[in-house]
Amino acid sequence: MNRIIVGAHYGLKDWLAQRISAIVMATYSVFIGIALASGGAASYESWRALMSGSVTRFATFLFIVSVCYHAWIGVRDIWMDYVNSVAVRLTLHVLTILGLVGCAGWAVQILWRL
Amino acid sequence: MPEIIKPRPKFLTLSQIHLPLPGFVSILHRVSGAGLFLLLPWLIYLFQLSLTSPETFEHFKTYVAHPLVKLILFGLSWAFLHHFCAGIRFLLLDIQVGIEKPQARASARAVLAISLGLTVIVALKFLEVF
Repeated sequence: MNRIIVGAHYGLKDWLAQRISAIVMATYSVFIGIALASGGAASYESWRALMSGSVTRFATFLFIVSVCYHAWIGVRDIWMDYVNSVAVRLTLHVLTILGLVGCAGWAVQILWRL
Repeated sequence: MPEIIKPRPKFLTLSQIHLPLPGFVSILHRVSGAGLFLLLPWLIYLFQLSLTSPETFEHFKTYVAHPLVKLILFGLSWAFLHHFCAGIRFLLLDIQVGIEKPQARASARAVLAISLGLTVIVALKFLEVF
């Protein structure tokens, strides 16, 4: 039987996901930063128009997903580094996942109501 | 095999040793990331206020004008900008750019300086200084 009995086989996948999500967020942030600096949120109308455009909506959705996945990997690493008790760590992992999934849903809902 | 005998215990001069600059950037990357994570629900709340209706947009504007809220937002701006700059540095290190010690130290210094500089610019812009 070829069973993987060592732990960290998820390392490469997460390492890559952390970097891809980082590039998505960095690119999005630069574009939104430029839009904001050139008065994109000067009034409610302009801000809403900016965020409800289909391209922005597509990009914002990707940004939200990236933030949550990126935060999951980063925060999980923090728990793994500093929390030694398995029970406490598992609880924190679960709470982190639930919190982030909830946040993603909430943010998407704000976006899709526009 | 000859064994190197190191004098033990080793007494460190704690006033003279310190974390090198890249280590400092690294731990701040973690701290800023944790801060952004913890305040994520609040940021989504602000996002919601700003987009729901013209009334909530006005409420958003008065809300973020509060000095304490401003202070937290400046802190988060720094956290974001530091995380952003340090993250780009890490991505470059991943593709073997600037991995020599002098370059790595210089880029660590640059990350600290640029993120602080950008935070000041964002804060001034927010305070409508320019």
